[in-house]
Amino acid sequence: MLKNTFPGLAARPRPFETILEQAGRIILGKDHEIRLALACLLAGGHLLIEDLPGMGKTTLSHTLARLLGLEFSRIQFTSDLLPADITGVSIFEREKSEFHFLPGPVFAQLVLADEINRATPKTQSALLEAMEEGQVTVEGRTRPLPMPFFVVATQNPAYQVGTFALPESQLDRFLMRIELGYPDRAAERALLVGGGQRARLDELTPVLDAKNLPAWQGEVAATHAAGPLIDYVQALVEASRRAPAFLHGLSPRAGLALLAAARSWAWLAGREMVLPDDVQAVLPAVARHRLRSAQGGAQTRAEDIAALIRSVAIP
Amino acid sequence: MSTAVDQPLDRRTVPWLLATALLTTAPHAVHQPIWLSSLAGFMLTWASWLWWKDERLPNRRLLTLIVAIACIGILAEFRTLFGRDAGVALLVVLMNMKLLELRSRRDAMVAITLGYFLLLTHYLYSQTIPTALWLFVAMWLLTATLIRLHGNRNDSPDETLRHAGLLCLQAIPFMLVLYLLFPRISGPLWGLPSDAHAGTTGLSDTMSPGSVAQLAQSGEIAFRVRFDGKLPAKQKLYWRGPVMEQFDGAAWRPFPGHPPPPRLERLSPPIAYESTLEAHHQRWLLALDAPDALPAGASLNATLTASNRQVLDQRQRFRMSASLDYRFNVGEDQGVLHRNLALPAGGNPKTRALAEQWRQDNPPEAIIGKALALFAGDFTYTLQPPPLDRDGIDDFLFRTRRGFCEHYAAAFVVLMRAAGIPARVVGGYQGGEYNPLDGYLVVRQSDAHAWAEVWLQGKGWVRVDPTAAVSPARVEAGIADALPFGEPLPALVHWRAGWIRTLRYRWEAINNAWNQEVLGYDPQRQRELLARFGLPDADWRSLALALGIACGLLAAGLTAWALYRRPVGDPVLRLWHKALRQLTRSKVDCAPWETPLELAQRVRAQCPELAEPFRRVVDAYLLARYGSDNNSLKMLRDAVAQLPR
Repeated sequence: MLKNTFPGLAARPRPFETILEQAGRIILGKDHEIRLALACLLAGGHLLIEDLPGMGKTTLSHTLARLLGLEFSRIQFTSDLLPADITGVSIFEREKSEFHFLPGPVFAQLVLADEINRATPKTQSALLEAMEEGQVTVEGRTRPLPMPFFVVATQNPAYQVGTFALPESQLDRFLMRIELGYPDRAAERALLVGGGQRARLDELTPVLDAKNLPAWQGEVAATHAAGPLIDYVQALVEASRRAPAFLHGLSPRAGLALLAAARSWAWLAGREMVLPDDVQAVLPAVARHRLRSAQGGAQTRAEDIAALIRSVAIP
Repeated sequence: MSTAVDQPLDRRTVPWLLATALLTTAPHAVHQPIWLSSLAGFMLTWASWLWWKDERLPNRRLLTLIVAIACIGILAEFRTLFGRDAGVALLVVLMNMKLLELRSRRDAMVAITLGYFLLLTHYLYSQTIPTALWLFVAMWLLTATLIRLHGNRNDSPDETLRHAGLLCLQAIPFMLVLYLLFPRISGPLWGLPSDAHAGTTGLSDTMSPGSVAQLAQSGEIAFRVRFDGKLPAKQKLYWRGPVMEQFDGAAWRPFPGHPPPPRLERLSPPIAYESTLEAHHQRWLLALDAPDALPAGASLNATLTASNRQVLDQRQRFRMSASLDYRFNVGEDQGVLHRNLALPAGGNPKTRALAEQWRQDNPPEAIIGKALALFAGDFTYTLQPPPLDRDGIDDFLFRTRRGFCEHYAAAFVVLMRAAGIPARVVGGYQGGEYNPLDGYLVVRQSDAHAWAEVWLQGKGWVRVDPTAAVSPARVEAGIADALPFGEPLPALVHWRAGWIRTLRYRWEAINNAWNQEVLGYDPQRQRELLARFGLPDADWRSLALALGIACGLLAAGLTAWALYRRPVGDPVLRLWHKALRQLTRSKVDCAPWETPLELAQRVRAQCPELAEPFRRVVDAYLLARYGSDNNSLKMLRDAVAQLPR
């Protein structure tokens, strides 16, 4: 989180402040995570939320969809879910004597893939292909998905029973992976006092028009990244490849993802240029799911990412 | 940024051009006719006024008319449009006229080019230290104007001047290399126009009443001498110029013929010295009496006057020696003796009568004694003698009795000739002023002097200085001591207060060093210098080679330095590191991975008094380093400068 933004740097009013504020009222004490999720969507990336059940993963994606005015659909992944359950099927209409395509739940602007790691790899890959291509091929016909198209996937930690962990190649498709974690004491108390926040979701009205989203995404992509900043991103990527804490380093695609996320983060702060602070702020969310710890191939710890930041001088 | 030459000129560049024109043309006012300087000044003022009021420039027809009038004026004044004075006058007028025509960038470029050329023309008139300093400042401003014209218009004047100054300083190594290695040509590099020697100062080869007195009013330096050994007594320092043997009743002139060479017996060991003569546009070397060894190319004539082969049109240095005691032409040619007894027919009857009276059975020595005793009587030494009648010598000897060295010398010689003793007038300088700071003896125009020489049987030509009989102080101390109180004197000679004298000595010593070392760097010295660096007998080809190599090495060195410096030379980073060093002094260290914003946060916590100034530094630094805005460098510079120390 950017702790301090000086007037000289924030030349424009900050957009999306209302969204962040309203979302903050639903998901208590998770401002940083909400902002990361928003940054991820603005950068045109897909989001993976990993946490234990009941931490507000679904609420977060639902909230975002409502506030941004996006058409929302939810797929609950189970072990017996088939690819066609996601993409849709053609059925024969007797009256017209022809096949009619019934689009699956993936045909929405914001798709919540709940507990994605409970489905079989075959089903998982059907969604992941849709994420990558922006289109779905059913029975030999290619159908474009709506624009914009976001996937917010949630998954339970891999050690839980009955899960199929996403392979690294597929994790790479997500721009960010965030964890919500337990709320702090104050937030938890407010939650208990206020009752379930789920109920208040219906009170939310869209703050923005989804039609404007591509324009904002264009602005985000045009946020100025100076030479020294690119140097910094490059240095971080290179350091991850040298660091003994990781099994392997960040890929070039990860470097691109890091820069895109940092741009988005800077834009949300109302700045016209990206600062090293932005890169540092998004690095854990962008890098953790792409790296494997050198000790036993387990997930990287947050401390490893902090150490990575400390090993690179800011140019 | 577009640099098209036909773009309209930025209004803010105009004052730079006005200042440039003023700086490059103003010193010429010293020697230009007053109407020309007024015209130039008027146009400069007019252009400044038009700029100030932001009014339209005059139309071209009017300007053409002014140019035509100025050309006619110059033609009338100098009788030509070429040559040094007329050419420079034309350039000065055109430079100031260009200011009334500053429409596009092209016009500004023309004005700047003209300005650089005008800089050179000043050296045709003066090569002193003040001129050099003035021209350096003018060059600095010209370069700044050029930068202003091409570079960032939003830079402050300070910044532009700093940039220009840096460029000029970077040119200094090249200047030195060119100065040391460019093939030297004896004499001026280009033939000076014939009118360059107008307004000659110094001795003339004709002596008429008043000619020396006029010279004596000038404090200008005639020459400087450094003796190898001890400084001889002042009353022995007679610097011999032309010897005048012909008298027409009013003026004295040298004999134009070519009599046999002198026969000189030297009675004392020679004294060696080095003399640096200012240009006096004659051939005389003004050698110390009597000349012994002369420099190459110089010769001694029958009257013991040493002359150079060429006219001395520029300052030149000579090594010579002299024997202070000598016997000269003991067996003189009869024709010469006869010539030195001649007096114009008629005129000065009283003088002749007096001399006739002395001639009665008196030996020549006694006659000389009587004449000197006469002067030692009630004669007065003054630079302002009363005017004399037609019989000038009679009038002087018997009526006015007030005069200057030339009066005494002339009257004495006439007396001697009338008494039958061959005598003649010698012109030159006497004495000089010793500068204890650099050990040079300075001889000024005010030391100009005239004395007499008589021929005595068995002794040859003997120097007699009648002025010494009238005013011994003139010969022993100098002109300022010899004159009665209250007479006007050249200001330089008049300054006798201790500290002013020391100051003057110092200034003259500096000037002398400049003349000797900088301006006096001639082909000979260049050869010596190169020989010391292992390049003996360098001709112009090897000089050109050395010049090329030296300039190439210099350019390569500077380029390498610039390339080496470039990464750390980023001004934004340099300023940022400066700010960080200042923070370290306040015990706040910055980790390499810490972002500037985090650092600012920490400063706020650890060092609240630094928080606000440092916040501005961070703001400006982030904008300059990570933003796309190029103008934040100045903001950063200001912010860093405002950090408390």
